[in-house]
Amino acid sequence: MAGHSNYVPQSAGAKWLESRLPVISLIRGSFVDFPTPKNLNYFWTFGGILAVILVSQILTGIVLAMHYIGSTAQAFDSVERIMRDVNFGWLIRYLHSNGASMFFIAVYIHIFRGLYYGSYKAPREISWILGVIIFLLMMATAFMGYVLPWGQMSFWGATVITNLFSALPLVGESIVTWLWGGFAVDNPTLTRFFSLHYLLPFMIFGVVILHVWAFHTTGNNNPTGVQPKSKQDTVPFHPYYTIKDAFAIVVFFVFFAWFVFYSPNYMGHPDNYIEANPLVTPAHIVPEWYFLPFYAILRAVPDKLGGVVLMFGAIAILFVLPWLDTSKVRSGAYRPLFKQFFWIFALNAVALGYLGAMPAEGIYVILSQICTTYYFAHFLIILPLLGFLEKPLPLPASISEAVLKENGGGAGMPAGAAAAPETK
Amino acid sequence: MSTMIKMVRAFTAAAALAVAAPALAAGDHKPHVDRYQWSFSGPFGTFDRAQLQRGFKVYRENCSACHGLRLVAFRNLAENGGPSFSEDEAKQIASEYTVVDGPDDFGDMFDRPAILADRFPSPFPNEQAARAANNGAYPPDFSLLAKARAAHRGFPWFVFDAFTQYAEQGPDYITSLLTGYVEPPEGMEVPVGQYYNDAFLAGQFISMAPPLYPDSIEYTDGTPMTVEQYSKDVAAFMMWAAEPHLEDRKKMGFRVMIFLIVFAGMLYFTMKSLWRNVKH
Repeated sequence: MAGHSNYVPQSAGAKWLESRLPVISLIRGSFVDFPTPKNLNYFWTFGGILAVILVSQILTGIVLAMHYIGSTAQAFDSVERIMRDVNFGWLIRYLHSNGASMFFIAVYIHIFRGLYYGSYKAPREISWILGVIIFLLMMATAFMGYVLPWGQMSFWGATVITNLFSALPLVGESIVTWLWGGFAVDNPTLTRFFSLHYLLPFMIFGVVILHVWAFHTTGNNNPTGVQPKSKQDTVPFHPYYTIKDAFAIVVFFVFFAWFVFYSPNYMGHPDNYIEANPLVTPAHIVPEWYFLPFYAILRAVPDKLGGVVLMFGAIAILFVLPWLDTSKVRSGAYRPLFKQFFWIFALNAVALGYLGAMPAEGIYVILSQICTTYYFAHFLIILPLLGFLEKPLPLPASISEAVLKENGGGAGMPAGAAAAPETK
Repeated sequence: MSTMIKMVRAFTAAAALAVAAPALAAGDHKPHVDRYQWSFSGPFGTFDRAQLQRGFKVYRENCSACHGLRLVAFRNLAENGGPSFSEDEAKQIASEYTVVDGPDDFGDMFDRPAILADRFPSPFPNEQAARAANNGAYPPDFSLLAKARAAHRGFPWFVFDAFTQYAEQGPDYITSLLTGYVEPPEGMEVPVGQYYNDAFLAGQFISMAPPLYPDSIEYTDGTPMTVEQYSKDVAAFMMWAAEPHLEDRKKMGFRVMIFLIVFAGMLYFTMKSLWRNVKH
């Protein structure tokens, strides 16, 4: 990281600081001089988008916590106080609740980008594993955050999900009681969820730093999957990628603002505007949309313990993905067979999301079982076999060569001769 | 443009038939929810002040005997973006309600007329009292009802809703429910004390008697005094009660959008000029 910096302190103050804590060269090495492949496409901007959303969620969350009351008697009304009486409270709360959905939209694109371009493969396994840990922390944070407004879906969602742990043999019941802090989802559950919901984002922040550290040590992956060979293959992060990321972030915020200002409850559930009532069960208990694929896997298995194991297994399998994929070629762009299976896998994931929203009966159960089987088969059978069966396309010698070929310039063309004709 | 809309409508109607057919065949109760025109829909929507004032009149004279409005304060009636009663009118309205205050210097609770700072007192002290007075049914509070009720849209409708900004499921449902007291299908037994309603989400029979009748509430501004008009007016009022900052939100949204799009455009051209000499 700092090793990439060519910073030499000039002023006396900078020299004084650098000799004691080399923080300026650390930041310059990571976010200014850092050599970045010049061929990154817009899918690579989602890392920056996610960082901004994380900061936005923390900032809006801090303000919400000033007004929110973590008590079953007052939580629901305190949220309505925020919506009605706090200055711009409606804005802060809608930013926060829609921000959670935006976080997952961005993270799913980010994960699928990694899956397509083989960003999980050597030497970036650690960065990938840290990413899966961030994903798990995000899910825990979002789940506990959804409980806080203490609406009907908050309460019943919490009841259903915490009850899953009771499927564990011998210790299950005790674990559930321990999680609840009692014998049902109640005030102790709400207060500990509030506490943890405030804590976990900072843990995410910490793991994000490790995540970035790891791939700044190995260098970014890129659409060709070929490591940069020379200085011609990279550009300094600033200004090239700061400006490109900034553009993508602002465009993403147009999408974000569309929901916040015009359809703020589109991704929510109407039942959560009814205060939690332990005596009335909603007709359909549905988790937030971003959990639906995993919810479908959970319900695909008739056995409760089996469902829980498969649901957690669906995420756990991502930890060993770097060793399940046997192909030496990173980027899906050079893997004709993998490319097709990738899109089938993506469709399958969307189908699981749809099935998670449907009632667990009849044809939906059978379809869930087929999709769940395919989900695991993709990782356990297809990816290991593809490495042996597939004949990958020839890889470019370098990023620069791939770029020239793609732009139709021809390999022999002098670099200066084609000074950006595409912008004319 | 309008042919485009017609085509989309025709396509969605066909898709809906295809989706709805199996559900109907299964004999499910499919709530019949219509869509209505709302002044507050779309990116530039605002509430119709006169409609909110009429809706409040319907609520006060007709609904408030059973349905509370506990999260709305009397001061809200005079605030911008709502029914915009004058402060004196809002004070007058508040003074017609009685709230419990106290304890006084002797330790006793006492009744007093409400002031602007008070919230609407609920008609029943608790759920049990409400059920006891209503044949076992619990009349829900109106404060959030317009956001707490929505007919399930299903695929592919919910995808279109994201683009068309359809966020009026609540008022559409409320209006459909209030106008949904139709004759039950032939041969259907309606339980005693219940009423057939073709829009009700929770089943075919609702415990609430038809609450609105033509000409039962006096409109002095020439608005037709029909059940449908009353229903739409009270639904609009309930939308405001559930989302009192709706106008602020949409107004700010337009400014934010303009800012973000202009900013994105500037960043785009800066980026293009920066990357001009880098083949990527």
